[in-house]
Amino acid sequence: MSNVSVKEVLFSPIFSNNPIALQILGICSALAVTTSMQLSIVMGLAVALVTGMSNLLISLIRSQIPSSIRIIVQMTIIASLVIVVDQILRAYAYEMSKQLSVFVGLIITNCIVMGRAEAFAMQNKPGISFLDGVGNGLGYLVLLVAVAFFRELFGAGKLFGIEILATINDGGWYVPNGMLLLPPSAFFIIGLLIWALREWKKDQVEAPDFEVSSHTVKEAF
Amino acid sequence: MEHYLSLFVKAVFIENMALAFFLGMCTFLAISKKIEAAVGLGIAVIVVLAITVPINNLIYTNLLREGALAWAGYPEVDLSFLGLLTYIGVIAALVQILEMVLDKYFQDLYNALGVFLPLITVNCAIMGASLFMVERDYNFGESVVYGLGAGVGWALAIVALAGIREKLKYSDVPDGLRGLGITFITVGLMSLGFMSFSGISL
Repeated sequence: MSNVSVKEVLFSPIFSNNPIALQILGICSALAVTTSMQLSIVMGLAVALVTGMSNLLISLIRSQIPSSIRIIVQMTIIASLVIVVDQILRAYAYEMSKQLSVFVGLIITNCIVMGRAEAFAMQNKPGISFLDGVGNGLGYLVLLVAVAFFRELFGAGKLFGIEILATINDGGWYVPNGMLLLPPSAFFIIGLLIWALREWKKDQVEAPDFEVSSHTVKEAF
Repeated sequence: MEHYLSLFVKAVFIENMALAFFLGMCTFLAISKKIEAAVGLGIAVIVVLAITVPINNLIYTNLLREGALAWAGYPEVDLSFLGLLTYIGVIAALVQILEMVLDKYFQDLYNALGVFLPLITVNCAIMGASLFMVERDYNFGESVVYGLGAGVGWALAIVALAGIREKLKYSDVPDGLRGLGITFITVGLMSLGFMSFSGISL
């Protein structure tokens, strides 16, 4: 793994190996925060920071960790980092941390952080592990922002809280689609984004479980 | 009694962990291809949730909350920032203990749960329930009911999704949507269905 390029490690998770769209990691804490652009950017940055730092720290001590207790050690490092992020948010962006409620705490159990620590940081040097963590965090951020863009623009007619489409309640012309602010729409949007991504990058398409077999018997009529 | 019953119903249906809060999604999507596996995982989640939420509640009220250490002579100490670390520690330890107890005394159940038991440590539904318990200030009795209800709701959702996916694999889905994509859309539709409960106020 020593000859992987820095650029590849940093940017491949964004489209070609996206943690959410392909690796099925970290969907848990993400979807509820995508109702506004601002929240999802804060959340994405927090995750990128935690993933990068935890990869760096775990990679630094990777040869000292006994493999039987590695999960607990990783958990402790991740939890400490999340506490730091949580306290920073509370100190400097209290309103934001109220809206994110339990989802900042849930970064601990976000599988992206654990998954990258286990799959990458345990085998690689600190520098490259840090970049891998940041890259995966960015992939998560990009998907979150894409979902939030649709939800906020068409659900509330706003972007970053600034009115783009004048809604009918304020005397404008746009009838907001309230469903986009509700939880289920996040699933639809992610489903469709995955579809779009896989049409673009064909190698991500999953193999079918069953083939529809062609007719072999002539029909009676 | 009525209060507890309505809390239970609320935790199972109205505030369903998986379909209303998207918690435990990674395992929810990854291990819902077969009904048997989904049932096993569902039971494991119910057991772990019903135990960890009350334990975390006791720790929070007696050790971490502001002024909780008054019995030890430190009325001004506020340890609530240690919450995250403590809860995840409790969950990890409990899953480990549960695994050992099941291995020793309930071999059948242990074999049935298999690899899902350790996986539960990183299931956000467990952690999420503990955090919601703290945020909503449940007392001990409420936290027992809430833990159980949240677990049952999650198990219900994953078994339902597994049932749908078992049928879905015979259908002819567009190439790019196959697998993960269509699963997301299915979950979206299920979540829409569960939203019909949201008008009920208990």
